[in-house]
Amino acid sequence: MGAIQAPDLSLAALAPLLFVFGAAAVGVLVEAFAPRDVRHPVQVTLALVGMVGAFASTILLAGTREVTAGRALAVDGAALFLQAIIAALGALSVLLFAERSLDPARSAFVASAAVPAGSLRDVELATSERVQTEVYPLASFAVGGMMLFTAANDLLIMFVALEVLSLPLYLMSGLARRRRLLSQEAAVKYFLLGAFASAFFLYGLALVYGSTGSVQLADIRAASSADGTDTLLVLGLGLLVVGLMFKASVAPFHTWTPDVYQGAPTPVSAFMAAATKVAAFGAILRLLYVGFGTADWTWRPLVYGLAIVSMVVGAVLGLTQTDVKRMLAYSSIAHAGFLLTGVIGLSNDGSGSGLAATMFYLLTYGLTTLGIFAVVTLVRDGDGEATHLSQWAGLAQRSPLTAGLMTFFLLALAGIPLTSGFTGKFAVFRAAIEVGAWPLAVIALLASAVAAFFYLRLVVLMYFSDPAPDGPTVGVAGLPTTTVLAVTAAATLVLGIVPGSVLDLARSAAVLVG
Amino acid sequence: MSETLPATGLLAASWLLIALPLAGAAVLLLGGRRTDRWGHLLGTGTVVAAFVLGLACTVQLAGVDGRSVDVDLFTFIQTGSLDVGAGLLFDPLSAVFVLLITGVGALIHVYSIGYMAHDPARRRFFAYLDLFVAAMLLLVLGNSYVALYVGWEGVGLASYLLIAFWYTRPAAATAAKKAFVMNRVGDVGLALAVFVMFAQLGTTSYAGVLGNVGLLAGGTVTALGLLLLLGACGKSGQFPLQAWLPDAMEGPTPVSALIHAATMVTAGVYLIARSAPIFDASPSARTVVLVVGAITLMIGAIAGCAQDDIKKVLAYSTVSQIGYMFLAVGLGPVGYVAGLAHLLTHGFFKAGLFLGAGSVMHGMGDQTDMRRYGGLAGKMKTTFVTFGLGYLALIGFPLLSGYWTKDAIIEAAFDRGGVSGWLLGGVAVLGAGLTAFYMTRLMLLTFFGRPRWDDGVHPHESPGVMTVPMVVLAVGSVAAGFLLVEVFPLADWLAPVFGEPAEAAAHAIPPLLVSVLVSLVVLLGAVVAWLFVGRREVPVTAPARVSPVVRAARHAIYADAVNESLLMRPGMWLTRALVFVDNRGVDGVVNGTAAALGGSSSRLGRAQTGFVRSYALGMLGGAVLVAGALVAVTAG
Repeated sequence: MGAIQAPDLSLAALAPLLFVFGAAAVGVLVEAFAPRDVRHPVQVTLALVGMVGAFASTILLAGTREVTAGRALAVDGAALFLQAIIAALGALSVLLFAERSLDPARSAFVASAAVPAGSLRDVELATSERVQTEVYPLASFAVGGMMLFTAANDLLIMFVALEVLSLPLYLMSGLARRRRLLSQEAAVKYFLLGAFASAFFLYGLALVYGSTGSVQLADIRAASSADGTDTLLVLGLGLLVVGLMFKASVAPFHTWTPDVYQGAPTPVSAFMAAATKVAAFGAILRLLYVGFGTADWTWRPLVYGLAIVSMVVGAVLGLTQTDVKRMLAYSSIAHAGFLLTGVIGLSNDGSGSGLAATMFYLLTYGLTTLGIFAVVTLVRDGDGEATHLSQWAGLAQRSPLTAGLMTFFLLALAGIPLTSGFTGKFAVFRAAIEVGAWPLAVIALLASAVAAFFYLRLVVLMYFSDPAPDGPTVGVAGLPTTTVLAVTAAATLVLGIVPGSVLDLARSAAVLVG
Repeated sequence: MSETLPATGLLAASWLLIALPLAGAAVLLLGGRRTDRWGHLLGTGTVVAAFVLGLACTVQLAGVDGRSVDVDLFTFIQTGSLDVGAGLLFDPLSAVFVLLITGVGALIHVYSIGYMAHDPARRRFFAYLDLFVAAMLLLVLGNSYVALYVGWEGVGLASYLLIAFWYTRPAAATAAKKAFVMNRVGDVGLALAVFVMFAQLGTTSYAGVLGNVGLLAGGTVTALGLLLLLGACGKSGQFPLQAWLPDAMEGPTPVSALIHAATMVTAGVYLIARSAPIFDASPSARTVVLVVGAITLMIGAIAGCAQDDIKKVLAYSTVSQIGYMFLAVGLGPVGYVAGLAHLLTHGFFKAGLFLGAGSVMHGMGDQTDMRRYGGLAGKMKTTFVTFGLGYLALIGFPLLSGYWTKDAIIEAAFDRGGVSGWLLGGVAVLGAGLTAFYMTRLMLLTFFGRPRWDDGVHPHESPGVMTVPMVVLAVGSVAAGFLLVEVFPLADWLAPVFGEPAEAAAHAIPPLLVSVLVSLVVLLGAVVAWLFVGRREVPVTAPARVSPVVRAARHAIYADAVNESLLMRPGMWLTRALVFVDNRGVDGVVNGTAAALGGSSSRLGRAQTGFVRSYALGMLGGAVLVAGALVAVTAG
């Protein structure tokens, strides 16, 4: 028995993770020791510092290509690019969390989550200044887990990252200030189904280990081969994919998405819809191309099929939704399918434009989605947010600016030219066609035509209907929400008109080491 | 294609053509109520300015070697093999369209000042109209298929907004939706064509694609041609996507004149003419264009014969006339110029006819049913005369615009030779006869006969701001054909794009004979219309007991029914089936639907249909499928 060898750790390469996790850990201490009335500003600042620091360090690290921490982490172009996106989306989400002037109840988050909903104490606290400030360290942990997820070069680390990002999300979903039962129900659903999906992932991990004797992606790549592949290994791959597709809300593993997006506090829905998608696709790309790249013939038909199912389910079911948040959930399912067309667009040695295209799409989709949820937080009635579609009728007459922003974001999601949505779709469809996935691109175009219909329906409702007499009011956004709206709208426009430099960046970052 | 030079002088500023109306739209939309008082003047002013600039650019272009200049704006997307520049191409073809769009556009803006004077949302109307002009100019000025696509979506959006302008009318909202959906079908075709170009050639610039058609496999070229045609059919209201255009008449009449008669709906013809090298290389794709054109021109003409709504008649007439243009460009090099010439003259007289119809509606309290018109010739003299000139131009009265350009198409069709030539020529002649029939019927019902007005309607002539544009367009309707064929031959102007006009070789039938034949058929159509309509008393309500032929024509050859059963119903079934499976199906397997419904109703009074267990079961099913599929792939 020799002494335990400490793994090599390149602390510099891990700086983004250290920033976020550091902020999260300090946040827990603040929660324990700081007096209640200063916690909120301190926590917001802390979370922002962590995420902005992480973002800045990914930029400083640009160009790094190394495998570190005993080969458990790969710090490469793709990981850094996606980490930068996650940190940026995380910081913007924290701004949404921190908005205190929109809701007369002073926050989207509950005052004290432990008080039973509807109890006397709960009613008393509902109008207080108190907020469950743990949400900020939780968000930091979730962001840290997501960033780790995209860099995991080892299935065990990937699993740990999956749990680190998921557990805070389950909790955060249950922290809504209004409609608490609905929010808690969403949290429990998300938790149960998430645990179920994690179990799939874990079992897949075990099967892969049983087949190859290793949990490292590089070893798995060496063990799987281009011609014959062990059934055990393939089954393991299938179960791993199920676990990841759940997080990415790809149909048929999407069932949690509408309920959870609807029930969770809207800033949390925004965070989940934008950042979780980025992290999940980072892990999917790494697993499929680093771990199973040589055996791509086994999973290609599967991903192909899942892309189609997800696009069709998302686009068609979106048509029948009557709630804005549920509609956005189905939109997120359809977009997961569009992203999978980009995942297909990579040849097995990692060349092809699919990786860059998918990463660019994740950036555009994340920012637009965050923006659209931010608009949703503005439209309110006495009960909180007015999310029923009928309440949005004639909004343009009440608030032309809000309706205009919403329209712009919806057009971007629909992929209309001069918005980032068009450039993103263009890039992923082209990547799919480059590798000969013709039919997939055709179906994707048809699905986006169908999806455009339900986005436009909301536009029509806002502009071409008369407002209901007791309709919602449009809240006056505070500085945080205004910042988010300005940043996301500007990004959606700029990436739609002059996307060249960012596409270039994505292309030069499109490297997976392993 | 000839050499393209970088733009200099005024031509380098041709991006202003697009920027001017766009800036107008932006000011009107963002300025809000503050701009209500002068918004319409700003909107009109920007388009007039664009017209003047366009005219100056065209004059300068005439002096440029090769008559084609490139205006580089900026790099849209450049990464790796993907390189999309945003630039403009100003050549004779785009110049022709620029003049048509800004010229007719400016007139219609002026007319709208009067037509929309009492509408509280006049500012919004002008903003949308400016937006449309900007997008349409981008469509014809872009130097790549991606730029064209951006403009293509832009005009679609503007058209949608304008059809639904009076959104309080359910018919307007429905029509807008229909237009949007059918256009999307076409757009998918265009988008796919763009992707094919990328995949095969790595570029979408006109120079890169059209110069390298020879490098593509035959099948690819045909596919490309058919996809472009699908896009063109959607935008131009051609068979099988024609049904949205007549419904689009729910929009304000100036919109019908500008977008749904003179400019946007001719974008399909532009697309095909611009892509001439692709169609030159694929005879089969070109034949499909021909067939589409011929079918559409008949459908439009037949349906036009049985409509009672004045704007619907004109709309079907537009469908039919664009069918002529498709037929012409489908004939190949001999037809491009003829098709484009007809497009230009049609732009004049159809816009004039729509403005006239708007003037009639203005005087008749927004009544559109021709059975409630009659005897207006004396009450609205200017409208009658200008409308009458447009009518004569459209039916091809000798020496007026339509005569020059429609006859050229019919001649070219006969010149194709063989059975197909006779067939196409025959269809074109028959179409001319039907055109004379439905237009004469329209004239008789509207301006002649006993007045059948509603109570309380006092027809009056429209104000000068409306009649002046009508007069200008009427002058164009009379003279444009002669000018474009004899004085400033369009064929010579377009030679750098389509090649020198071929010397008139042997004609299948002498041109004079064709002219005489067509004139006789037109006369016959007009006489038949007089026998059926002019001679008899017109019932105020349409008779219910009519022959099957008339019934079919009234229903536009049952286009909506066909669309509904082939496309809409299956789509609805798919949606219903998916919703069922998603909400109830899986759970139903376990518990029965009733339990799920009952359980959910108690939760805060809202419908959350799903139970976690059914979601989990769904995931399990998915996982089993995934694992099964993977094992199957590996084993197989």
